[in-house]
Amino acid sequence: MYDFTYQKPASLPDAVKALGTEDAKALAGGMTFIPVLKQRLNKPSVVVDLAKLGLTGITVTGDTVTIGAMTTHETVANSAEVKRAIPGLADLAANIGDKEVRHRGTIGGSLANNDPSACYPSALLALGGTVKTDRRTISADDYFQGMFTTALEPDEVITEVSFPIPQKAAYAKFRNPASRYAMVGVFVAKGPKGVRVAITGAGQNGVFRHAGLEAALAANWSADACKGVSTPADGLNSDIHASAEYRAHLIGVMAGRAVTAAG
Amino acid sequence: MPQVTLTVNGKSASVEVEARTLLVELLRESLRLTGTHVGCDTSQCGACVVHVDGKSVKSCTMLAVQADGCSVTTIEGLAAADGTLHPMQEMFREHHALQCGFCTPGMVMSAIDLVKSNPQGLTEEEIRHGLEGNLCRCTGYHNIVKAIAAAAPLMNATPAE
Repeated sequence: MYDFTYQKPASLPDAVKALGTEDAKALAGGMTFIPVLKQRLNKPSVVVDLAKLGLTGITVTGDTVTIGAMTTHETVANSAEVKRAIPGLADLAANIGDKEVRHRGTIGGSLANNDPSACYPSALLALGGTVKTDRRTISADDYFQGMFTTALEPDEVITEVSFPIPQKAAYAKFRNPASRYAMVGVFVAKGPKGVRVAITGAGQNGVFRHAGLEAALAANWSADACKGVSTPADGLNSDIHASAEYRAHLIGVMAGRAVTAAG
Repeated sequence: MPQVTLTVNGKSASVEVEARTLLVELLRESLRLTGTHVGCDTSQCGACVVHVDGKSVKSCTMLAVQADGCSVTTIEGLAAADGTLHPMQEMFREHHALQCGFCTPGMVMSAIDLVKSNPQGLTEEEIRHGLEGNLCRCTGYHNIVKAIAAAAPLMNATPAE
């Protein structure tokens, strides 16, 4: 790892200011960022630790679940309130990485990184959630802009993430057995924004909505409805773990499992 | 260079480190606590698991500066001063839950956290799921799972770390 200057600001304005330094990078849980630094894939001049900003906690109102950006996966997974309001979201958090990763990894870090195989982006997109930052609110539809790319400015800090509570929602992931990342993950939701289906792990440009599955499930919310929907392999990832054709097939299978889990 | 002050196995330590120093490097190289191992160095194998403020974490994927002000427990901090093993260590011995022993410190630290966070008890399936972050290349896991199942009621009867 290249050396850097470490800062741990105590206020959000100070963090934004520190991130304004050339080649500064934010550190949340570090479960992706520290491995990236170790591989020398990134060479920040300043690393700004967001741990002292108080961006943790979960609030559930009548129609919305709001989660502080620095809330760990373990906290979301174990939250009785999240389990009651959006059980599919708690379940997603409970199966990210492993227990030790879930103790450190955060929802804000996952969304800011927007790894094309990360789980949380699919929940945000399918539930039609919003990302609140130090300066604005960004809807899920505007937030994701391709793999590892988001609407965030370089010095912009996510403060919290909100999810409208759906009638039904669930996530089904076909995991890479070593990394636990999604080879294909499908989040299905039926709620105030209609039926939305988001796919992670499969697309070359990161998370995406699946119009065919959304139309089929809007007409008939059942695992059977997913069987008639084919997904073209064009634009899907092909790597040592799975071909694009295999991922295309898995999308339909995992969508069916998610619908069954959602009930 | 940044100064990191933390409590390790109940003793206060203050160490000057480079910002890029990993927690496991501080433990092994500055404090000479070499019971915590580095296996894969890519956050997958779990040989480096320690407790930070009571939670199991991979110390190869945490900066030492992030642990400033924290309380860290390593494998060296488990046994009593007179050498009496922690119930989890004792059950690993009793059930032959190790062969080469390389993964054992991380396994024990993960297992203790797993039992503590599930005071209601654990099924075999839950133990296996809870060990996802720890790889062992020689035992085949069966005896590790048995050891944890045996240690859980002992730990719940005598709360200790």
